[in-house]
Amino acid sequence: MKLRVLYFARLRERFGVGEETLDFAGATAADLVAALQTRGGVWAEELAAGRAFRVAVNQDVVALDALLPDNAEVAIFPPVTGG
Amino acid sequence: MKILVQADPFDLGAEVAAMSRGRTDIGAIASFVGLARDLNEGSGVAAMTLEHYPGMTEKALAAVVDDACSRWTLLDVTVIHRVGRLLPGDPIVLVAVASQHRGEAFDACEFIMDYLKTQAPFWKKEETMEGDRWVEARASDDAAAARWQAS
Repeated sequence: MKLRVLYFARLRERFGVGEETLDFAGATAADLVAALQTRGGVWAEELAAGRAFRVAVNQDVVALDALLPDNAEVAIFPPVTGG
Repeated sequence: MKILVQADPFDLGAEVAAMSRGRTDIGAIASFVGLARDLNEGSGVAAMTLEHYPGMTEKALAAVVDDACSRWTLLDVTVIHRVGRLLPGDPIVLVAVASQHRGEAFDACEFIMDYLKTQAPFWKKEETMEGDRWVEARASDDAAAARWQAS
């Protein structure tokens, strides 16, 4: 499936990318995170188990076992700090 | 209901006045304004930049306001959150809630702020003497939001 993946704040800066389009063979948000971890370096570090990050699918925060629909907009970002 | 994400400053007086203009059923308006501080985590903060997730931000704020409206009888709500670079003393966020009686307005205003802080996709980056740093989420903010789940 095709995914549009967005990164924000500290993760956008560390990854050096704000947005990318991916051909993705997995099913869930956890599969996507695992695929991104295989890039190594900052990807493996920031998305390691136990690191605090959130995943949103089509602009709703989801749990890692959420299924990703085709053409989904997936965002990965640090815990929010507004207000 | 009015939900805005904007770079421009806002005028608390004008926003509150607009809520009750032309109507006489409102008995209470509670408002909260959050300001940029010059000190955080022991370091002087010269400025901060607020980043957000356009689209999701508005949706998340609307969901928080809807949640408040399902918990209390509210007559109007205004939420304005600024983005971009802000200096110490600058207003960051405004929440104003109108209701018949003060209890609902006070409670809903605090609820909206507590949920906004943990659910709306904004991120603060501070400029300090030691360099730029992203603000870390606080456990105390999660605890403040969690209080409302028990009640």
